[in-house]
Parts: sequence; structure tokens; C-alpha cells
Amino acid sequence: MLTLSKNYCCRAAIGLLLGLLNLLPSVVVGETIHEERSKYRDIAVIQNGDRRCLLFNVHRGDRNQTCMFLSEPERLVFDYTRMSFAGLLVKPDPKRILIIGLGGGSLPMTFSSLFPDAQIDTVEIDDAVVKVAREFFFFEETENMTVYVDDGRPFIKRASIRKQTYDYIILDAFSGDYIPEHMLTEEFLEEVKSIMTEDGVLVANTFSTSRLYDHESVTYQRVFGEFFNFKLPTSGNRIIIAKLNGLPGQDQLIEQAESLVASLEKFGVPIDEYPRRLSTRIDWDMSRRVLTDQYSPGNLLKEQ
Amino acid sequence: MATRKPSLQENTLPQNIVIAMAFVSGFTIMTIEMLGARILSPYFGGSLSVWGSIITIFMLALAMGYLIGGRLSTRSPSPKMYASFFIAAGVSSIPVILFSDSIMEPIFLSIEDPRYGSLFASIFLFFIPTSILGMISPYSVRLMVKTQEHSGHMAGLLFFISTVGSAAGTLGTSFYFVLWFEVNQILWGAIASLILAGCIILATNLLTNGARKSEVT
Repeated sequence: MLTLSKNYCCRAAIGLLLGLLNLLPSVVVGETIHEERSKYRDIAVIQNGDRRCLLFNVHRGDRNQTCMFLSEPERLVFDYTRMSFAGLLVKPDPKRILIIGLGGGSLPMTFSSLFPDAQIDTVEIDDAVVKVAREFFFFEETENMTVYVDDGRPFIKRASIRKQTYDYIILDAFSGDYIPEHMLTEEFLEEVKSIMTEDGVLVANTFSTSRLYDHESVTYQRVFGEFFNFKLPTSGNRIIIAKLNGLPGQDQLIEQAESLVASLEKFGVPIDEYPRRLSTRIDWDMSRRVLTDQYSPGNLLKEQ
Repeated sequence: MATRKPSLQENTLPQNIVIAMAFVSGFTIMTIEMLGARILSPYFGGSLSVWGSIITIFMLALAMGYLIGGRLSTRSPSPKMYASFFIAAGVSSIPVILFSDSIMEPIFLSIEDPRYGSLFASIFLFFIPTSILGMISPYSVRLMVKTQEHSGHMAGLLFFISTVGSAAGTLGTSFYFVLWFEVNQILWGAIASLILAGCIILATNLLTNGARKSEVT
């Protein structure tokens, strides 16, 4: 009996190992040049030729958080990073930028290069991510740039109490397989709204699949009314672009894109392709419940 | 009921009632604890330290409760006092629903560091109800133990039941309740169960002691 169960265990273990080996190449290609343990996750820096990537929870098979090409550090590698600049179509001259979620630091670096005079505040919950961004992804704070190691929600609540405002806010805190549920709620979005200037824009990198898509869309709709839903066929992300004082029309978007195309080219952002992808069409189930501080089972909804 | 032998103690409760109550207390402790993170997160975020604060305060409160509950049980343990723990724990949890914002806001404003902010908020929100819930465990042991030789057996049985209750409360809350109900609805459910548990103890006490009195006379 004992040998039988042992045998079974062995076989299960071998099977699991083979499964993992099978899975690994598609997830992690290249050499691990650095590993960092943090309070929240294991962070790894993987290099494959010219391409260097930041990964969370490698052992659990997470995908790349952010990547860069060493020969062209300015070029943005991922669709969703590039898509975050679509907010410029509605707010082309940001002066106070807030980014929730640092990653490899490519967003603040690009904004700083585009708008050297703008104040850029970045909030990152994990100080180990800040360290890795500085050491391996050429992230450098300038005079106008500050990184705060804090949770996004209390940071925004405090900014609101201090009457600080921003005209370009990027929510990019939903990465990996865990969602901070307190940053999906109506109350949170109301707090975000309270720190937006009248002409400011909110760019939120969110989910395009699962039941959470419906709940999230309904919640944004409740707080901001009509918003731009921005999806690309090449990306699994969807970007929400919300504004307080009404959305511009297609003509204005195209016009704006034309004036931005040159300055965004070296970052690899095809801004002129974006206007026709910004949609206000409701493609979600309107009967879903709004997410609130009282009801926000984001991680459970993601599995459904 | 059939297994209960007439004992020398004046006030006793049927064993299965005590066992059921141990389950209820274990269940509600973890239900409230699991919701703690959700209640604190709008002010202090969802970082690991917020969980750390909550668990620390629950552990300390339970430790206090065990100590006090054990002390209170030494002299003439009474089902009435046992019932009062449940009712008091339920009632003292009501501020978590009604005043959580007015409790957390001043803490959020005066303490910048979310670690200490969440620690203080946990103290003010959860310390009193959790320590009262902690009193239930040793008191249950006292009510169950009739003879010295089965004291370990009874203590083990009660720990088993209340810990299984805690496991059920954890799983139920984190897998299902948060998907079906709002945080405050779940809390009201926990409070109602505690108060109901207290009432059941009082009613049982009245019935069994009434019956015993009539047996004696």
C-alpha cells in the first residue's frame, strides 16, 4: 500500500515537473541576471540578448511586467504601456502627472522626456520594485519627479485632503494575478475624481476579460459617465480614458494625434492609430453590480 | 440531553449547546477578522502590513480574552455570564458598522505611516469585541468539565470545534460571503448570530434549571 502511494507521488511529481518544464520556455526566456525578494513577490530581471524584462512571481508562471531593449531604452515594448499615452489625445499638455504603479519606470521616464517641466509623482507599493527599476531599468528621478513608496488609495485620499490636483492620472496597479480590490470601487474613483483638474484625464489600465470587465465598466460609468474604452486586437488589456468635462469628438482626436505623432515616434507609440480605437460603445452587461467599498470581490469575479 | 448526568454543579448547560456555541464563536471571530482588511483598506491600503496589524490585534485581544475569561470562570461559572459574553461581543461589534469612518478618519489624518495607522485603527475597531469573544473559550471549557480526568478531553474537543468553526468562518467569508453580500450585511449577520447564541444559552438555562428545580422539589 505504502509503495503504491509512494510510486503515485513520484509519478505525480514527475508529471508536474514535466508540465512546468513545458510551460517555462514560453514564459521565461533568457538568463536571470538578478533576483529580488520583496514583501509582496519574487522579482526577477531576465535578459535575452538585447531584451531585458522585469518579472513578478516567476515560479508561479507570471508573465513579464515590463521589458526594455537595451539598445533603444526609450522604445516602449508593450502595447499597454504605449496605450497609456492615448490620454494625451484628450489632455495634450499635462503639467501635473500622477502614476500609480511604477513597474520598470518606463512611464514616468517617458513623460519626463516628453514634458520636462511637468511635475511627475509616482506611487509604488513595493520598495523592491523601485530599487530594481533604478538598478536595472535606468530609472532615474529628475528634479520634477518623485517616487512615493505607498499604497495608491491612501496616497490619493491624502492628496485629496491636501487639495492637490493632477491633470493626468494613470492607474497601473493591476498587475500579476492579484488585484488590489480597494482600487476598483466607486468610492476610490470618487477620490480620484476629487484630485483631477477640471480638464484632467484618468487613464486606467484594466481588464478586458472575465466578469470583472462588466462590473468595472459599470463602476466607471457610474462615476465618470461616458468614457473612452480603448482596446487593441494585439493586447489583452483595455484602457479606460475618463474625463470630467466631456469627451472630444473623433475629428478633434485625429487632429490631436497628428500633432503628437512626431514627438511620440521615438518611443514607439503609434498615436495616429489610436483615435479610431477609442470607443464609447457600451459592450458590457449594464445590469452588473457597481463595485463599492462594501462590495468588491474583484479577485473572485476575475475567476468567473 | 440524554447523556447528561445530574451533576453536583448548580448551573450547567447541555454539552451540545456549549459545543455549538464554541463553533459560533470561532466562526464569527474569523468572519470579522477577514472583513477587517476590507474595512481598513480604503484608509490604509491593502499592503501586507495592514494584514499584519489586524492579525496582531486579534491575537492580542484573544490572548487578553483567554486570560480574563479563565479568571472569571473560576468562581461559580454561570450560563448567564456565558450568554452575556456573546451578547456583549455582538453589541460591541456594532460600532464597526456604524462608526468605522469616524473612527478611522482621525487616525488616518494624524498618523501618516499606514502601518501604525492600521494598527491603531484595528485596536479601536476590533480589540473590545475580539477580547470578549476570547473569553468564551476558557469559559466553555469550565462549563464542560465535570471531572478532573476528562478535563483535557473536553478542552481538546472545544479547541477542535472552535477551530473548525474558525476555518469555516474564514473560508465562508473569503470565498462566498463577500461575493454574495456587502461587508456590513455580513457583519450584521455575525452580530445577529452572536446575540441569538446568547439568547439560546439563556433560554436553555432557564429550561434546564427550571426542570432541575422541579426534579428536586
